Amino acid sequence: MSAPALEVQDLHAYYGESHVLQGVDLVVRPGEAVALIGRNGAGKTTTISAIAGFLRPRQGTVRINGRNLTGAPAHWVARAGVALVPQGRRIFGDLSVRENLAIAGRPAANGWDEARVVELFPSLGRRLGLRGDQLSGGEQQMLAVGRALMRNPSLLLLDEPSEGLAPMLVEEVGETLVRLRATGLPLLLVEQNLGLATRVGQRVHVMNKGTIVFTGTPVELAAARDVEARYLGV
Amino acid sequence: MSPELLFQQALNGLSFGALLFILAAGLSLVFGMMDVVNLAHGAFYMLGAYVALTVVQFTGSFWLALAAAPVALGALGLAIEPLLLRHLRGRHLDQVLLTIGVSLVIVDQIGLIWGREVRSLPFPPGLDGTVVLIGGVYPVYRLFVIAFGVALAAVIAVIYRRTKLGMLIRAGVEDAEMLGALGVNTDRLFALTFAVGAALAGLAGVIAAPVFGLQPGMDVDALLYSLVVVVVGGLGTLGGAVAGSVLVGPVDTFGKVLFQEFALAVIFAIVALVLLFKPTGLLGRIRIAR
Ligand SMILES: Nc1ncnc2c1ncn2[C@@H]1O[C@H](COP(=O)(O)OP(=O)(O)O)[C@@H](O)[C@H]1O
Ligand SMILES: [Mg+2]
Repeated sequence: MSAPALEVQDLHAYYGESHVLQGVDLVVRPGEAVALIGRNGAGKTTTISAIAGFLRPRQGTVRINGRNLTGAPAHWVARAGVALVPQGRRIFGDLSVRENLAIAGRPAANGWDEARVVELFPSLGRRLGLRGDQLSGGEQQMLAVGRALMRNPSLLLLDEPSEGLAPMLVEEVGETLVRLRATGLPLLLVEQNLGLATRVGQRVHVMNKGTIVFTGTPVELAAARDVEARYLGV
Repeated sequence: MSPELLFQQALNGLSFGALLFILAAGLSLVFGMMDVVNLAHGAFYMLGAYVALTVVQFTGSFWLALAAAPVALGALGLAIEPLLLRHLRGRHLDQVLLTIGVSLVIVDQIGLIWGREVRSLPFPPGLDGTVVLIGGVYPVYRLFVIAFGVALAAVIAVIYRRTKLGMLIRAGVEDAEMLGALGVNTDRLFALTFAVGAALAGLAGVIAAPVFGLQPGMDVDALLYSLVVVVVGGLGTLGGAVAGSVLVGPVDTFGKVLFQEFALAVIFAIVALVLLFKPTGLLGRIRIAR
């Protein structure tokens, strides 16, 4: 059996003195879509940052396709095949849509390129010459996903792609992610939107105060009323 | 002021503005990309001028000096970034202290090597004369400085807008961390950025030397003026460096004619006004004042 796309073990990370990640374990198997949910401040973005190489963990390991990349700089992680759709999108506003895609380009045979991204998001095709900061929120989100796909990744990390989007656009994001899942691309989807998370994720991790407090299928999560009430309740 | 004098002073102001642009472009680039206020920028400028002095002494060629000084300063920047600055990423106070330290060392070494008396660099042959313009004679070299500044701005603009490197710079100024997540080696990009910043300071030093001479304290003047330009124009953008220079150069020149020793007050009044009404600087995106 091949190595997991992502394997995080006993991850601890700090902001200064504040101990934010307190032993996170999670696995994304080849071809699998995993959702990571939890309240605001639970440590989801910090987990993504530690995986992506933005933040050096103090303890624990991060393995990508079996390679130990714990504490590696962001560009090593990226070159190992990890692509990120960050929280807040972080589109380059001063670059055109076309440049935002080109700057991420990592060509692969039969892989993602500008034409295929435009096929996935036709509305971006009509905006290729616009500056990133001239796009609407929904278009920026598409561009952030398209930019990540231009990396031809072997693992896609998404941090709250539904944040700030109207319900109809959230629906579209969900459809896109289900389609990407069907291509066999491993996904780690961070979400606060439980509906989106359970629609896309084949397994769900629930995070609270820097640790994983529940792991299971969406069906198992729905049965675990206490988990929902304690960690996700509104 | 007679029309002739007005015209001459306007040209002087533009010429000074062009020099300020060459000087401030590097400081602005380093700030925008690396989030570092490089207080050694004035010392790099000074060292560029003294390197030019030596090159001219040995070869007699101003043009060789104009090429050699930026190369030397670029190499110095390429060494300083990975050896010293890189270890202080995100630690602003420590960066300030480090770059002040670097500038003290450089200025001290210049004193040891070249001495502390005032030196001068001759105008390059062909540019040492004057031309008659609107009823007065005007030094050709100052016109050359204007042309050089404009040409450099044009070259930088083309690199910014039309090349892969320019695309990386624009993206990095906005969000260098994200650039790293797209597989770009930002360590290398930062080292290159710092080297280019130092090279531009050195270039400004050579250009300025025939007009202002070489002497202790020129580093502090250069640093002050380039900080003013960058703050007025807006941090981290090429347009900001242009706008700041085109404003500060003439204002300072006319300030000196009209108010003599109070010219500096005029400059700081401009800074205060800009920050009051446009806290990002004229063309900047980053807020400098609250
Ligand atoms: N840059 C930072 N500096 C200090 N504390 C931070 C920083 N970013 C996040 N935190 C803190 O770390 C905790 C986890 O934050 P985060 O990972 O962003 O949560 P989530 O993404 O789950 O909402 C929160 O308590 C937050 O306040
Ligand atoms: Mg978050």
